[in-house]
Amino acid sequence: MSDTKKFLYVNRKAPYGTVYALESLEVVLIGAAFEQDVQLLFMDDGVFQIAKGQDTGEAEMKNFSPTYSALGDYEVTKMYVDKQSLEERGLTLDDLIHLTYEDEDDDYAEKDSIRLVSREEIAALMEEQDVILSF
Amino acid sequence: MLHTVNKSPFTNNSLDSCLDCVGNGAAVLLIEDGVYGALKGSKVADKVKAAMGKVTIYALSADVKARGVADKMIDGIKMVDYAGFVELAAENDKVHSWL
Amino acid sequence: MKFTIQINEGPYQHQASDTAYQFTKAALEKGHEIFRVFFYHDGVNNATRLTSPPQDDRNVVNRWSALAEKHNLDLVVCVAAAQRRGIADADEAKRNGKDADNLAPGFRISGLGQLIEGGIQADRLVVFGD
Repeated sequence: MSDTKKFLYVNRKAPYGTVYALESLEVVLIGAAFEQDVQLLFMDDGVFQIAKGQDTGEAEMKNFSPTYSALGDYEVTKMYVDKQSLEERGLTLDDLIHLTYEDEDDDYAEKDSIRLVSREEIAALMEEQDVILSF
Repeated sequence: MLHTVNKSPFTNNSLDSCLDCVGNGAAVLLIEDGVYGALKGSKVADKVKAAMGKVTIYALSADVKARGVADKMIDGIKMVDYAGFVELAAENDKVHSWL
Repeated sequence: MKFTIQINEGPYQHQASDTAYQFTKAALEKGHEIFRVFFYHDGVNNATRLTSPPQDDRNVVNRWSALAEKHNLDLVVCVAAAQRRGIADADEAKRNGKDADNLAPGFRISGLGQLIEGGIQADRLVVFGD
């Protein structure tokens, strides 16, 4: 395919308090149909988007966190999480939704989508993109 | 690449996160309330000055003037107008906005 | 060079739309091409023709409409974000059973795919938001 570009979605905002997280997820879902090379980065308060145990029943808002688990089926398999942002918030990888995908090049073995990265690695990750979307 | 920051560093960590994630030779443009990040003698000035060793920092002149801080900019921060912003976006291979 | 512009905030509340407008105008003056301006999140509120700002202030919506007319710009409003916020053209209003529409001249309503396409087709995507 001639028009494949590397797209990075940068998520730095918490869910629910503002609509950015939900509407950015909608872009990721639509974008998946365009068969681009897609990556998601969660840093700063964006790490709360993929926190485990979200229950919006009492707040009467739409809980969109299960959608992140479905992204693997849309071939969105590269989710980068800023280590420092987790630490600053007293979180560890275990506090995040376990995001996985089936690797079709490896007999559909289930693999982790989340990769913890340092800020230096984020700098390198950004440099290798063609398009960076932020919301 | 070009990074833009549009938040005051005194209420938001965008500038901080940005400066942690810039590669050598990158350009950082402060726009809107982001221009407060260029204030001389502020609590973030040392971090900004340290970053100037590896990246070039610009501030959008319209926003600097609008906020009355033109004479308070850290030495070495380059002023650009909107045409200069366009030029930066064109000459760098991509743009990331730290919203 | 071809630019796609993304605007995430509405007029007046945030400066994002102002900065995006000045950037777009400066890019056109320098001979660059604007492939598309995409309005998302509260940015869709830039597309209502019902704003009436005070006479001594800039008219953010009219300014976009005028720039679009002068340069034949493609101003695209995200349909899903527009529906949430009550921005509709005549077709959308009819489809959703509304008694009025409010889309300003020069704007059109379309899907999120237009943003992705903007990212693919343009040399640069520049995002303006909060």
